[in-house]
Amino acid sequence: MMQSRTPIYFALMGVLILGVGIFESWNNALFVLNFGLISAIMALGVNLQWGYAGLFNVGVVGFVALGGLSVVLTSMAPVSPAWEAGGPRALLALLVAVGVIVAAIMAWKKMAKGKVRGLTVGAILIVGFFIFRALFDPAVAAIEAVNSAQEGYLGGLGLPVLLAWPVGGLFAAGAAWLIGKTALGLRSDYLAIATLGIGEIIIAVLKNEDWLTRGVKNVNGLPRPVPYEVDLQQSETFLNLMASIGADPVTGSSIFVKLCYAALFLAVIIGLVTLMQLALNSPWGRMMRAIRDNETACEAMGKDVTARHLQIFVLGAAICGIAGAMMTTLDGQLTPASYQPLRFTFLVWVMVIVGGSGNNWGAVLGGMFIWFLWVEVEPISIFLVEIVTSGLAEDSALRDGILDRVVYMRHLTMGLILLLVLRFSPRGLLPEK
Amino acid sequence: MDFLNALVAFTNFVIVPASAYGAQLAIGALGVTLIYGILRFSNFAHGETMAFGTMVVLLVTGLFQQWGISLGPLPTALLALPFGIAAAAALVLFTDKTVYKFYRRVKAAPVMLVIVSMGVMFMMNGILRMIIGTDDRRFADGERFIIRARDFKEWTGLSEGLAIRTTQVLTIVVALITVALLFWFLNKTRTGKSMRAYSDNEDLALLSGINPERVVMITWLVVAALATVAGTLYGLDKSFKPFVYMQLLLPIFASAIVGGLGSPLGAIAGGFVIAFSEITLTYAFKKVVTYLGPDGWSPDGLVQLLSTDYKFAVSFAILIIVLLFKPTGLFKGKSV
Amino acid sequence: MSFLSATKMTGGYGAGPDILHELDLTVEKGEIAVIVGPNGAGKSTGMKAVFGMLNLREGSVVLDGKDITTLSPQERVHMGMGFVPQVRNIFPTMSVRENLEMGAFIRNDDYEKTIEQVYELFPAVYEKRDQNAGELSGGQRQQVAVGRALMTQPKLLMLDEPTAGVSPIVMDELFDRIIEVAKTGISILMVEQNARQALEIADKGYVLVQGRNAYTDTGEALLANPEVRRTFLGG
Repeated sequence: MMQSRTPIYFALMGVLILGVGIFESWNNALFVLNFGLISAIMALGVNLQWGYAGLFNVGVVGFVALGGLSVVLTSMAPVSPAWEAGGPRALLALLVAVGVIVAAIMAWKKMAKGKVRGLTVGAILIVGFFIFRALFDPAVAAIEAVNSAQEGYLGGLGLPVLLAWPVGGLFAAGAAWLIGKTALGLRSDYLAIATLGIGEIIIAVLKNEDWLTRGVKNVNGLPRPVPYEVDLQQSETFLNLMASIGADPVTGSSIFVKLCYAALFLAVIIGLVTLMQLALNSPWGRMMRAIRDNETACEAMGKDVTARHLQIFVLGAAICGIAGAMMTTLDGQLTPASYQPLRFTFLVWVMVIVGGSGNNWGAVLGGMFIWFLWVEVEPISIFLVEIVTSGLAEDSALRDGILDRVVYMRHLTMGLILLLVLRFSPRGLLPEK
Repeated sequence: MDFLNALVAFTNFVIVPASAYGAQLAIGALGVTLIYGILRFSNFAHGETMAFGTMVVLLVTGLFQQWGISLGPLPTALLALPFGIAAAAALVLFTDKTVYKFYRRVKAAPVMLVIVSMGVMFMMNGILRMIIGTDDRRFADGERFIIRARDFKEWTGLSEGLAIRTTQVLTIVVALITVALLFWFLNKTRTGKSMRAYSDNEDLALLSGINPERVVMITWLVVAALATVAGTLYGLDKSFKPFVYMQLLLPIFASAIVGGLGSPLGAIAGGFVIAFSEITLTYAFKKVVTYLGPDGWSPDGLVQLLSTDYKFAVSFAILIIVLLFKPTGLFKGKSV
Repeated sequence: MSFLSATKMTGGYGAGPDILHELDLTVEKGEIAVIVGPNGAGKSTGMKAVFGMLNLREGSVVLDGKDITTLSPQERVHMGMGFVPQVRNIFPTMSVRENLEMGAFIRNDDYEKTIEQVYELFPAVYEKRDQNAGELSGGQRQQVAVGRALMTQPKLLMLDEPTAGVSPIVMDELFDRIIEVAKTGISILMVEQNARQALEIADKGYVLVQGRNAYTDTGEALLANPEVRRTFLGG
């Protein structure tokens, strides 16, 4: 699996990040590294689905967002007044909603085919919907009324934030199971549209269910798994350490925090890649690739292709969920409005394709490299524009106009890279075999 | 109980806007469905194609306004429409030549083309934003209303007003003309028939001497026209914002799939099904219910089934239901 | 020289192994020639070779005195060949009449007369002319498929198992139609699974085994040949 050029490419990637450190700042370099590692995990998730099973998931952004939600629900302290105002009622309403859906599915399965069945199921759903709304709406209003400037939501469970990472995986896995149960087995582009839809809906929920996520008001001040810069700057040991290597304690603290994150992320990535490599070289992994390469033959051999697909779809989504939780932890806040499909779905696809679909090392490399470009295309373009237009006056309208537009270079570049790789090297930087 | 006023309110807030929105979706979905039928892939760049054509219309409209050219009560954008179509056509033909053509030659799997179209989407997105930025722009001019709420109340003596905007009527009229032209083209002309033949059975079309590259080129031209018309109508009716066009992709795909991918008639039906469901389910029925209920009574809440923020959920739910129970869509589309 | 003479055809699909080995096929003007043989004998492949759908390493195809060995299938259509594939041989969502019009796509002259001729030859096609071809029965579809191929006014019509999957009655009807077509002066080359019935209407029969000519004779003689009867016609 590991090819001779793999270490070379990773070394080059390291050089690029060092370059950022040298030419910009070490803070920036670590920013690129940390987000690159998270992107690499997202790419691993999508690669699992696409590279190993040929499943076309365009709802990555939704699974990532669910990971973000898990951080809030796991680690934030519960807001007691809000719970008292409407917590139990809201939970009851949600239970009722689940019950109604289960009842409708049961009725559909148990009853004989015909008009009566359709009407019954319809009636269950409609009546259930109104009961749900009657319970839910007042609860939501009550919760959102509690200190709405700072809270206005239920908060979380107040558990350690690292716990949110596996929980994020579980959230995403649950959503993936639901969508997979309905849409897998459909044609590939139907699955694509279905996942596109679920992604949009998850984002809509995060943006609008203020009682859960504070919506566009964001949840700030998420707990951290690593020390705070301010605390470090007061710590005797840290100051001594900084003094001994002759570094500025303020910059040093920020770099130290980022290094802590990097260590955590590296641990997760090494764990994931190891597990995936073990799994993919096991009989299970071989079967998966066999299914991808010839679905019909495998079906004929008695393999339950849809069930295997469901497994891998759920696993891949879970990995995206973990990455989402990690990202929100790193950000320290949940900003539902920032989840854009272009950034989280399509960009991750570029990472997987460029890295080399079907190769985990490729996914990791693609994740880090494309993230690097996504961040650095803008400063590089600005730098180039400044050189090219250096002959123009400082306040030249043309120059300003170009500089204004340069921000969007990254979209153009990403598209161009994707197209070039697809056209001239469709197997990516690190091909499967 | 005031049935007439309830009906007027319902027409004003649901039927009129949903008809306009449905027509916009229908024309958008026609483009998607034609690409699917002829080139056999789901084009994720369709939203950007719409945005690109509309952007050119918007820019040319601005020029015309500067030069003092206008259509009187009608939006100047109508005059600019041909320029937008030409620009969009040039763009998609260029994309086809530089990007898609290669994959046709190597007979790539359809899902490959979908991924390729993602790359195209990214690039078009970048180009769009570089040219026009991300601001919200309005470019509808001319007479704003055909019927004003106040006038309607005066004429009819009803307490509920009915307002019909020029852009709404224009949308319907232009959509009707577009669809009529398209169907005439597909069903009556030799070229149109050869497109249908190619969509039906590629190998046999080749055997019959139909030139696939010509069919593909004409398809792109038609799609560019449809995309620009759909985008411009949407932009006139609401406003132009590149970001919104990408979001339209979901309802447009939903329309095309609900109607049956590859079926033009289905795309139109699908567009209206999606539009009416979206607007009906997210409309606050308080007013209508108040009119219908006993005198002096009115419901406590808004009587809104879903918040408007969940309109995507409606397209999505309908899509899933159709896929589960009738995978080929309402009008039998392609199952390949 | 025969109207169609394909001689010493050797080749296979793409870069794959040779399927045909020095295969000869000739058809005279207005004659019905039938290719029969066991499964995998290369019957359809032989016909596709005549139509230019695979790469011949050796051998030549001459139609009406012109060497067409290097032409593409589309160019052979221009040269006067008509081909009816075994499956997917109609445009299902187009009307029967439109199917015929598409058959005449390469013609720039007035083809109304040819449509009339097809209608005369296949009354069922005339009856269903406004219906979508996909809605027709198996036998009717085959008639539409043949009608479509006739629209280019071919000199040689090739049919790949036209009676596959239709009932015996429909098969007889189809064979009758094919005889009618041949009577108009069109040469017919046809691959058939129903060897006995096909040889009954054939002027000439080719029995293929493993991509080679095994027996070649008139249909009647092949039916009478005890060896052929025992091995290929089931006694």
